[in-house]
Formats: sequence, C-alpha cells, structure tokens
Amino acid sequence: MSKALLYDATACIGCKQCEQACATQNNLGYDDAVAAEEFQSAHKLTCVLTRDDKFMRRLCMNCQEPSCASVCPVGALQKTALGPVTYDASKCMGCRYCMVACPFSVPKYEWGKLIPKVQKCIMCPDRVSQGKPTACAEICPTGATKFGERDELIAEARQRIRDNPGKYVDHIYGLEEVGGTSVLLLSAVPFETFGYRTNISKDPLPMLTYRVLSHIPDFVPLGGMVLGGVWWITHRREEVALAEGRLPSENKNGGKR
Amino acid sequence: MTRPVFRMTFWKFVFLFLMAAGVYATFVRFTQGLGASTNLSDKFPWGIWVSFDVLCGVMLAAGGFTLTATVHILNIKRMHSIIRPTILTAFLGYVLVCFALMYDLGKPYNIWHPLIMRNPHSVMFEVAYCVMLYTTVLALEFSPIVLERFNLQRPLKVVRTILIPLVICGVILSTLHQSSLGTLYLIVPEKLHPFWYSPLLPLFFFISAIAVGLAMTIFESSMSAKHFGLQLELPVLQELGRVLVVVLGVYGILRIEDLANRGVLRLAFHRSYETYFFWLEIMLAIILPLILLVQRRVRSSAQGLYVAAVLVVLGFITNRMNVSITGFEGSTGVRYFPKWSELAVTGMVIAGGFALFAVAVKYLPIFPAEELASEGVREPVFDETVNSPVLEHAGD
Repeated sequence: MSKALLYDATACIGCKQCEQACATQNNLGYDDAVAAEEFQSAHKLTCVLTRDDKFMRRLCMNCQEPSCASVCPVGALQKTALGPVTYDASKCMGCRYCMVACPFSVPKYEWGKLIPKVQKCIMCPDRVSQGKPTACAEICPTGATKFGERDELIAEARQRIRDNPGKYVDHIYGLEEVGGTSVLLLSAVPFETFGYRTNISKDPLPMLTYRVLSHIPDFVPLGGMVLGGVWWITHRREEVALAEGRLPSENKNGGKR
Repeated sequence: MTRPVFRMTFWKFVFLFLMAAGVYATFVRFTQGLGASTNLSDKFPWGIWVSFDVLCGVMLAAGGFTLTATVHILNIKRMHSIIRPTILTAFLGYVLVCFALMYDLGKPYNIWHPLIMRNPHSVMFEVAYCVMLYTTVLALEFSPIVLERFNLQRPLKVVRTILIPLVICGVILSTLHQSSLGTLYLIVPEKLHPFWYSPLLPLFFFISAIAVGLAMTIFESSMSAKHFGLQLELPVLQELGRVLVVVLGVYGILRIEDLANRGVLRLAFHRSYETYFFWLEIMLAIILPLILLVQRRVRSSAQGLYVAAVLVVLGFITNRMNVSITGFEGSTGVRYFPKWSELAVTGMVIAGGFALFAVAVKYLPIFPAEELASEGVREPVFDETVNSPVLEHAGD
C-alpha cells in the first residue's frame, strides 16, 4: 500500500529540525543562512513557513498522479508504488517541463551550475523502501509530521477534525487536490495563508494532456489514408484528362501556369 | 576575374554585430550556465529560448508542410514555382530550432535521451519525436535540390520515388507536433491566464501554424523577389492570400467563440496587463490582416499582401509569446524580460537563418533558372574566391 506523510500544523512548533534532517538526508548543506531562507529552493527541499504564530511546512506533495512524471519526456521522474515521486538526474536532459507543469511549482533548478539538476523532495525513497519513515517524520519532536499508510493517515486526519471542533479548517489538503497527494496537510488557518492554492482541480492533471495524446495512434493511419486518398484522386483525375486527350483544365488540378 | 572587395553595408554590419554578440553569449551560456546567461528562475523556468526559438521557430517553418500538401497531395501545380524556397525556409527553420534547443536544455548532451527513454504520456516526448522525424523528412525533401546541383542522378531517382509517402509523413508529423506545442500547455489550467488557456489550444496552434505558413510563404517570396532580383510570383501569392483570409476567419471565429463559451470575453474589456497583450495579439494576428485581405484591391497588390503577411507573422509571434510568457506572469507573480544574452542568442539564430537562406539561394538551384535576373548567381561553387560576398544579403 502507498505511504504518505500527514502534517498537522497545529502540532508544529517551528523548530525546523525537519529542514535540517532533510538537508542531511539529501546531502545538501544546512547552516544558519539556509535556515533563514524562507522558501524552498534547489538546496532547501522543505521549509517551515511562519505567519503570525502559525506554522506550515512546504514540500513536494508527491502526487498520486503527478504532472511532473507525466510530462517528463525521458521518464526521469517516476511515481513509485510506495508513494515517493523519484528523480533520476542521469536521465534528465534539462527541459524543465516538470517545473512548468507542477501545479504546486515544487521542482527547483540548479541555475548556477553548469550541469544542473532538478531538485525536489523525493520522500526519501531509500528509507521508505526499507520500511523506515522519512527523515523529516523521524526527527519531528512533536509528531506534527507523521509517516504511515495513506489510508490510515486519512482516517486519522478525519478523526482529528471530528474530535476537535473549531480547531482545524475542515479540509484535508491533499486528499482530493489534483486527484490526491502523498502529503496530507491539516491547518488551523486557511491554506491560502501559506500560498497553497485551494482553487485547484480535483481531477488528476495528466488526463488533460493524455486525452489528446491518446488519439495519436488513431490519427496516424487515418491521416495517412485520407492524404493518400486525396493524392490518388487528384492524380487520377489528371491521368484521365490526359487519356481523353484534353488538357487538364487550368482551374482544377494540373496545367501550366 | 577581379578579386571581389569586401564592402561593409548596413545589413552586413547588423549581421556581424548579431553574430559577435551571439558568440559571446554562447561563451557565457556554456561556461557559466543558465543562471548567468538568462533571467530564468524557479518561478519562471521557460523564457524566450522556448517561446521564440522553439514555439515561434516551429510555427514560422510551417509553410513547408502547408505547401508540400498543396502541391503534391492536392496536385495544384500552379504553386510549384514557390515550393523550393518554402522547403528551404522550413528546413532551415527546423535546423535552427534544434540548434537553439541546445542552449535552452540544461544538459544538451542528453538531447538524444527521448530516443531510448520513452514516456508516451509526455507531450514533450511526442514533440521531440515528431520534430526529430520531421527534420529528417525535410532534409530528404530538400535533398533533390542538393543532388541536382551536383548532378547525382541515382540518389535523385530514389528520393523522387519515395517523395509522395515522404510528403504524407511530413504532413502527419507536422499536424501532430504543431498542435502538440499547444497541448504542452493543457496541463497548466490554473497557471495560464484564461485568455490563453483553452481546451482548444492544440487546434488553435495547428490552425495558426497554417496561417503563418501561408503568411511566411508570401513574406519570403516577396523578400526574395526584392533582394535576389527575381520575378514576383504575384498570381500565386494572391491565391495564398485568398486562402489566408479563410484560415484567419476560421481561427478568429473559433477564438472568439471559445472565449465567449468560457465566459472570458468580458475580461477582455477590463483594463489589465494581460488585456493589452491580448488586444495587441488579436489586432495584429486577426483584425488588421482581415481588414486588409478582404479588400480585393489589397489582396491583389504585392504591397498589400506583403503588409498583411508581416502582420500575421508578428501577430502569431505575439500569440506564442503570450501563451508562454505573458500568460504565466500573473500566476507566478514575476515579470520576465529576457537578459541581453538571451536576446543575443535569439538574434544570432534569426540572423543565421537569413544568411543561410541567402547562401543556399546563391549556390543551389532554389529558384527556377530563367527567373534569376542577376548575372553570375549560378556560377560554379568552386570558382569563388575566399572573400566571396557570401553575406551579400545577410540579415536582409
């Protein structure tokens, strides 16, 4: 079954240990300067935002049907059965369509490097495949970030909303957004406060392009037949005209200028 | 034979300037990376190298499939006289698109990866394959011109035998990837401004490619007539102009209907950043050329056709820029303007296109021989001295 992360913003104390654990896990540097950076970047794959006294994590949502994996021409990005959306830099050619297509604008690029990579949270696939929680969930001192089965976490999130009336916004972010994500969020204040768009489609976005692409196998033979047919008709007409000894008329096909 | 002296003309100067700037920008791009050579950012990952060099480049080369279909499939022989320059334009266009792509890709040496790492769900994968195959088709369609020049009869015969299947492949591949460049943007319904996001984007991109194909053929024939001293194929261009009216009309009606259906039409009368660019595009691409071309007087004059064609080309360049840049500025919250080095590379690509066209016309049988008015154009290639005025018409 697919794994997921449940982040409960009301339990978060903004200690940013998840940021540090994430950087260590992904071999990225982490110091005070990086900690002070507010948003995600190619060297900071998750961040804890602060608005007044409220916190909110941002990280790759690891969508159930990810746009990035669907648009990647070389399959460098892949949705794994366990949940993580992984990235293989050796396949990537750097077209950056994933960055354009991601509904959460998550993938970042190493603009300063001569041989750049896409960087995003990949939900610790090495740890997850060994049955371990992600680095951020493991380090979290308050259990605000919890790792587990997606179904169980959804049930738990529902339970928390039900048991604490008025504590949460009545919405599990990531339950339905773009067909569901492997990161689920609970918050006491509207998600827009932290830049999460809530007008987002409930349907998986890859369908929008695949609906068109899936017609291609029909279109190719059909187009070939129609064009071949038109070619046959126009040239046959010319042949018949010549055989009957009249010059192909100027206004139809053939004839000299 | 006197040794030709290199004379500096205005256009030669422009050409050399653009080339020099382009070469320097190339150096910056490949020694310091995308960050130093572009104004791209995590919020704005696609800039002018995608918008102009790829989207517009492919669109501007659409005359190739439009005209080969007209001449070889519909068998309208009147159009035959302009097919060679049109194929040349298309072939150069695609070669330059592939060239410019090497700048935009973060890891250009992996450009061949889609050949073996396939993701059939990706529009980009489909575009990559189609562009690759269609460039091959265009090279083959162009090859008779080169083979004739060197009098290689055997391969010439082979190419002529497979010409019709080749043309059919070309038309299918073009239909697919011209429309797919629009399909690319179907996956961003919330990011792209409603003026430009439409489920009909693939259709719009395809129809406008035909319109631009016709307009570019008119433009390029007029330019060639002027600068290479050829006789203008006015009757042919008039006919293209007539078809252009129909294509633009269909496109215009579909666009307006689509905006109305999605309830966006009223937005067009609200003052906003996007509205200005929207109207600029609609005026240049549809309204002004239609006003010109519906008048028989304009449609039958060389000047009128030329002006209308230029408007259509500029209009749809604006359209592609709007879809890929203007339409994203609202949702990403950043204004993008290309860095000098991005402009320099694009300028170099455009100048290179003009120069290569001029060189090809000079050394290859592009235009029917009797139409070449200027003397010495068809001189054997090998008699040219080093300082041959190859760049005579560069940048024209």
